Amino acid sequence: MDTRTVAVIDYGAGNLRSVRSALCSLGYNALIVDSARGAAEAQAMILPGVGAAADTMHNLVRSGLAQTVIDWIAAGRPFLGICMGMQILFEYSDEGGGQKCLGVFPGRVVKLPTSHKVPHMGWNQVHYRRDSALFDGIPNDSNFYFIHSYVVEPEDDEMIKATTEYSAQFCSVINRGAVVAAQFHPEKSGAVGMRFYENFLSLAAEGRLRHGIST
Amino acid sequence: MLTKRIIACLDVKDGRVVKGTSFESLRDSGDPVELARRYYFEGADELVFLDITASKEHRATMAALVERVADAVFIPLTVGGGLNSVEDMRRLLLCGADKISLNTAAVKQPELISRAAERFGSQCVVVAIDAKRVPEHEPYRWLVHTYGGSVATSLDAVQWAAQVAELGAGEILLTSMDADGHRAGYDIELTRVVATSVPIPVIASGGAGSPEDLHRALTDGKADAVLAASIFHYSEFAITQTKEYLHHKGLSIRR
Repeated sequence: MDTRTVAVIDYGAGNLRSVRSALCSLGYNALIVDSARGAAEAQAMILPGVGAAADTMHNLVRSGLAQTVIDWIAAGRPFLGICMGMQILFEYSDEGGGQKCLGVFPGRVVKLPTSHKVPHMGWNQVHYRRDSALFDGIPNDSNFYFIHSYVVEPEDDEMIKATTEYSAQFCSVINRGAVVAAQFHPEKSGAVGMRFYENFLSLAAEGRLRHGIST
Repeated sequence: MLTKRIIACLDVKDGRVVKGTSFESLRDSGDPVELARRYYFEGADELVFLDITASKEHRATMAALVERVADAVFIPLTVGGGLNSVEDMRRLLLCGADKISLNTAAVKQPELISRAAERFGSQCVVVAIDAKRVPEHEPYRWLVHTYGGSVATSLDAVQWAAQVAELGAGEILLTSMDADGHRAGYDIELTRVVATSVPIPVIASGGAGSPEDLHRALTDGKADAVLAASIFHYSEFAITQTKEYLHHKGLSIRR
């Protein structure tokens, strides 16, 4: 296994370049994975997310990548989901009339209240709910870049590591075992976003993610 | 709390950054990648690249430029200028753009907005509106202009804004042609009327001459974000300093 290689799942949604650039600038190699094979040698896996839930699930299932992701997570290997890549980890999304998702975790994905403008677009504070080594070197309430209309509601409150306020508090970072996911885009969040990637990748390389993150 | 965004705009012609006054008399002001990096380190919340040549032969130049910028800065990038099809948009998204801005093409074929929103999601689709005041008209009225401001249409800017939101645009980049380049402040009335009438974020553009102008657009103008070019290009007011000012005036700003 190559500790500097990170599998980036490509399910045809487009913008992987930013994630790849971010990884490269941190000294990692991005291995773009677009079929069920090919991720094995990587140290960690990133599932970037843009687009709609239905398209994402359709493309993941059709390409066989849905099973790749499920198997990877089941094996306790380091995994990072971003935005839509966070949402589809749950059982069901209300987006587009309803979409069954990967069901890695119990919980659902619901639309943001429309008392504010939706999509929630821009820089907003990530407030720590629990200590985590994922946040090393990043001050509490730092601004990260968000662009989304739906949010996750995990059944297990323990996995919620940070929240963000927009109309109401929503879950912006989760971690359970080796699975980490964020509603914001670290690759678009400047220095703090890069640090978030760096923390995740270091924890993955040190094997500290397999049994959950020490706090 | 969602912060107010400060967006730096780079007008690109033949691979160089230029800035004109009221859409004419362009001045050359630098290398796009170098400038993008400077803005990134100064704390710009987003960058907008507008290809103002947008002729066919320069498409490739812009795509290559977007790739270089996407490798160098880690904040959102919007790219616009001369895009006519979903395929044009897809190409730039693959090069590393996060959002695509449609202007003339959206007016000519409004269904392009819906197609793009379906294909890439509304969050990728910005509609740029170049609006010009109808002189001596009470109440105020603005007409949409296309082709870099050179062609007047009969579209009412406020109605057009509502329509593009309805069609699936995720954001509106609203430029006052009257104010653009004059550095005497944004068109506050235009900004406020549009920003309070659509359910999507509105970026005020055209006319920034000082940090006070940005403040007015974000408060009186109700804009979700402000865009400026020349005041940042010529370092009259650095982005860092502008954001400090806005913060001290009580706005929620990323610093």
